Amino acid sequence: MCGFGGYFGAGVSEAEPLLRRMASAIAHRGPDERGTAVLDGAGLCHTRLSIVGLADGQQPMSLDGGRLTIAFNGEIFNYVELREALIARGRTFRTASDTEVILHLYDEKGPDCLADLNGDFAFAIWDAPRRRMFLARDRMGVRPLFYTSVGDRLFFASEVKTLLQVPGVEAEMDPFALDQMFTLWAPIAPRTAFKNIHELEPGHMMLVEEGRQAIRPYWSLSFPEHGAPSRHTDERAVAEELRALLTDATRLRMRADVPVGSYLSGGLDSSVISALAAGMTPEILRTFSVAFESAEHDESAFQNEVAAALGTMHASVNCGDGDIAAVFPDVIRFTERPILRTAPAPLFKLSALVRERGLKVVLTGEGADEVFAGYDIFKEARVRRFCARQPGSRMRPHLFRKLYPYLPGLKQQSAEYLAAFFGAGADSLDDPLFSHKPRMRATGAAKLFFSAQLRETLAGYDAAEELASRLPQEFPRWHPLHQAQYLESRFLLPGYILSSQGDRMAMAHGIEGRFPFLDHRLVEFATTLPPEMKLKGLVEKHILREATKGLLPESILRRTKQPYRAPDSASFRGAGEKDYVREAMSAEKLADCGLFNPASVSKLFAKSRQQPLSGFRDNAAFVGILSSQLWLETFTGSRIRAVEAA
Amino acid sequence: MAGSIKDQVRAFIVENFLFGDTSAQIDDDASLIENDVIDSTGVLELVAFIEERFGVTMADAEIVPANLDSLDRITAFVSTKTGKESLNA
Repeated sequence: MCGFGGYFGAGVSEAEPLLRRMASAIAHRGPDERGTAVLDGAGLCHTRLSIVGLADGQQPMSLDGGRLTIAFNGEIFNYVELREALIARGRTFRTASDTEVILHLYDEKGPDCLADLNGDFAFAIWDAPRRRMFLARDRMGVRPLFYTSVGDRLFFASEVKTLLQVPGVEAEMDPFALDQMFTLWAPIAPRTAFKNIHELEPGHMMLVEEGRQAIRPYWSLSFPEHGAPSRHTDERAVAEELRALLTDATRLRMRADVPVGSYLSGGLDSSVISALAAGMTPEILRTFSVAFESAEHDESAFQNEVAAALGTMHASVNCGDGDIAAVFPDVIRFTERPILRTAPAPLFKLSALVRERGLKVVLTGEGADEVFAGYDIFKEARVRRFCARQPGSRMRPHLFRKLYPYLPGLKQQSAEYLAAFFGAGADSLDDPLFSHKPRMRATGAAKLFFSAQLRETLAGYDAAEELASRLPQEFPRWHPLHQAQYLESRFLLPGYILSSQGDRMAMAHGIEGRFPFLDHRLVEFATTLPPEMKLKGLVEKHILREATKGLLPESILRRTKQPYRAPDSASFRGAGEKDYVREAMSAEKLADCGLFNPASVSKLFAKSRQQPLSGFRDNAAFVGILSSQLWLETFTGSRIRAVEAA
Repeated sequence: MAGSIKDQVRAFIVENFLFGDTSAQIDDDASLIENDVIDSTGVLELVAFIEERFGVTMADAEIVPANLDSLDRITAFVSTKTGKESLNA
């Protein structure tokens, strides 16, 4: 687990110092070692977080004196089995690392080697004889990979800040990406917040040779046709198969030459992973949590219950008044994009705690909600369809209240209002984005604060339309739950959960997160399960609960999902009202940056000083505007008027 | 108190839900929900405003889109409650 960067193209002047600068920009990803390789027509740099093959896994690593050279970020969890098979086929290894396994496998199979890899990875291989650069990213998008072109040269890296070291690469806000973030919470890859800087999509590879750049998928998420008979009819057998798969996925992710800990939120997913891990390690498992001072967000009681039941050595980081605001500018420096929620900030603090306690690797329960339909949005879509079957029903909309017990604004609403807020009956059931329409509407309402200039730039643009245009041809033939799962798994998971909340927050402190629920065998298995095994009525992750019986206290196993949330605009009141907040939200600064309407934002800011903002839109707008302003300050020094640069 | 019921409600909505942004005209019969003007907590703010400004009390059963989801509907509802103005005031 590390960071890397590099280029393809001849005639890069002062290549060695450039590669060193590029590596320095991501030193946090790999504090243990650093390396560069200037090759004939290409260059690679690497910062290393030593986890596997501590003594001999230095990178960039070459095969046969430079015939193939790799820079690699991530882990190949099945490297032991792959290595044994390669040795059996006559290959000789110099190191004990998983990095060398990729080199040999590529040497043997070329780009088809990706099919054999079970892991979270992004890498670049320079194939000298073919004069080919081969870039690839893991199936679910755990590890990042960005790229840009300067003239006829391609530059690539684990984080954008590395690319910004390259002469000729400037940071400019992409206004269409901003619109996407203010609609979908994340840019639609390959677009990023930075104009002309792209992201290699999950499950994709790039081959650059003979002046051509070819990007293509090597794996894609897919679901069976709606109504097609399933081989999974025996729920008990499915639960057993799932338990075996999840156990093996966890076992593979315990592989490391350093201790492996686990995040523990107090919910089902991380508790299951912690329970499995605790049973596999001869040591006492170390677990880590976030505790909130705000009772509305705190899950300490559940975390402590699980830690006690599993006998883990538990530690938590406290998130109280002013804590989120204190780290928020750093958080944006690492997310490298505006965000509409503060939820990444506590995870930034959590990874600092893990590092302080001497660990480098943690397992997490992330991914279970996408794979086994845990999110409220899946239930919400089901209730909306249920309401649409009987428009005007006064009884059916009451189910919405059950979905969101933690949203006080909904508790007091009439059935008519509940139906209206969730667009019950208003959205076409055939709309491919049906499941996500209410969220997109609620989020998109925050665009009210966009400046007149920005609106002019975006005139006629519709982020939802672009998203719909990116769906696979077979999408309309999937079950509605599977359609919703696809939207979450293919876009929001890599675009926000695994990046802004995941890799970027953990790697800010040199911590590697591992995700057993995102083992591709498990993901593929789950796609074939009948929808009712995942979302049974309005009970989420039903089959996962069945599969993990006996692992956890019954109270945790039966607990309804509590979404991970952090205080949003309230984080910037009181002790959180820092100077940078007032400055970023000032009319002068807003006018200077040009993205938002200073008069409207001033009213929003004033309202937030009088009382905590309560609505979804206002909170999303506050955090989105503040983070956009910080993004501009961090990456452009606010020198560029964002809209003029668009 | 200055202005018609409709004008006062419009001013409240523009100031509190649109943060002074008048670039998008709110038609008298336009749905406040469908046009993303108001959300679930906004409805409760609107109710508080109506009660305080017009001196009426709203029963739970009256807090429904039929009474509150457009300027016309709010005006008609408040007019009926106060007996002061007609729908077209």
